[in-house]
Amino acid sequence: MKKQIINILQEIRPEFDFSQEINFIDEGMLDSFDIVSLVTTLDEFYGISIDGMDIIPDNFATIDSIRNLLITKGVKE
Amino acid sequence: MNLTFYNKSITGILTILPANEVKFEDEMESYNFSVAKSLKLKMAMGYNKHRIAEDGVTISDLCIYGLNHLFENKLLKKDEIDSLILVTQSPEYFMPPTSNIIQGKLGLKHDMICMDINQGCAGFEIGLFQAFMLLEQEEISKVVLLNADLLSQKVSKRDRNSNPLIGDGASITIVEKSLKPNTIFANIKMDGTAFDALIIPAGGFKNPSTPETAEMLEDASGNFRSLDNLVMRGDDVFNFVQREVPPMIEDLLARARFNKQEVDFYMFHQPNKFMLNKLADKLEVPREKMPSNIVENFGNASGVSIPTAITYNLGKRLRDESFVICMAGFGVGLTWASLLVTLENLTFSEIIEY
Repeated sequence: MKKQIINILQEIRPEFDFSQEINFIDEGMLDSFDIVSLVTTLDEFYGISIDGMDIIPDNFATIDSIRNLLITKGVKE
Repeated sequence: MNLTFYNKSITGILTILPANEVKFEDEMESYNFSVAKSLKLKMAMGYNKHRIAEDGVTISDLCIYGLNHLFENKLLKKDEIDSLILVTQSPEYFMPPTSNIIQGKLGLKHDMICMDINQGCAGFEIGLFQAFMLLEQEEISKVVLLNADLLSQKVSKRDRNSNPLIGDGASITIVEKSLKPNTIFANIKMDGTAFDALIIPAGGFKNPSTPETAEMLEDASGNFRSLDNLVMRGDDVFNFVQREVPPMIEDLLARARFNKQEVDFYMFHQPNKFMLNKLADKLEVPREKMPSNIVENFGNASGVSIPTAITYNLGKRLRDESFVICMAGFGVGLTWASLLVTLENLTFSEIIEY
């Protein structure tokens, strides 16, 4: 799943390297519109609907936080 | 706060939109964003084109044009109007109320009540609540509710948070005492501690417009706007809507003893497609029951967005068919309100261009 998430992020912001273990929000790699694009793509790719209440920066700050969010939505590793 | 109204009905809805249409692509160069990123923004939020009034057009122009359309087509008589309620954030003057100006220009009778209400995204619900309350009076039989806004004039063209979604427009809704017994369930909540989540900071008595307030400043995201422009904390508004609106709808339907499937349409305020799709998913109602096509076709004209959603998506069907509609408005204030109403046998339900 990690690789899929990195690929999706890379498509949204190709100028950044998302394989690094850094906070994407603090580093300015993702803004709020990127998060909207990311949620739309993750919803379609995994056939889920990420709850509006879960669309907060903390849930998209690292690969692990995105992965954990997807797991709570029933996405399997 | 729960509200209940008895024996009232909506008997006609007319939306008046400026004929001038502006496409997203024609404005995206101003957004300080790459073309690729602007197009992603367009896709995700459902932006496409919006209606923007020509310079010099005021809300009374739109409202008078629409009312004259109704008079000329014998859909409304001047002497029947017992009250004119205008919900707007684009008044022509601080004083007098714009509703009085409309009354005067149309030559309506003196024996009536005109009032302006300063409200926005929940302005259709608040206007209806006021109309229902006025109709409790013996001498008031017909209320004309006007919703009108021209907020494009207050939004910076270089602000991608607000400019792509905003639209101009007006609507006219006729509200009357119902001949058939009915019950309209509604609720409303407000949180003034977050008054600055959606605000035009300068131009009022608190902070009058000056050359300094007109100076364009860049925010942390690269948007340019002045203190005279509308500013929206988009993330906060999104989170507020996702947190407060679903339980409000659940409460409304439970009190009315309706299940979600019995509601034909969820006609909600139209900030953007993404937000509405998330609300539909959260409420577990099919997205096709919650139209989200107003921002992409016309823009969001604040309190006009729900009447536009109704006239655009149901139109003339409302003259012959009956639909249970759940409406919800949410935004500036902060304010959030909903109501459950049956719409049927409308005298008119259409969109006209100014």
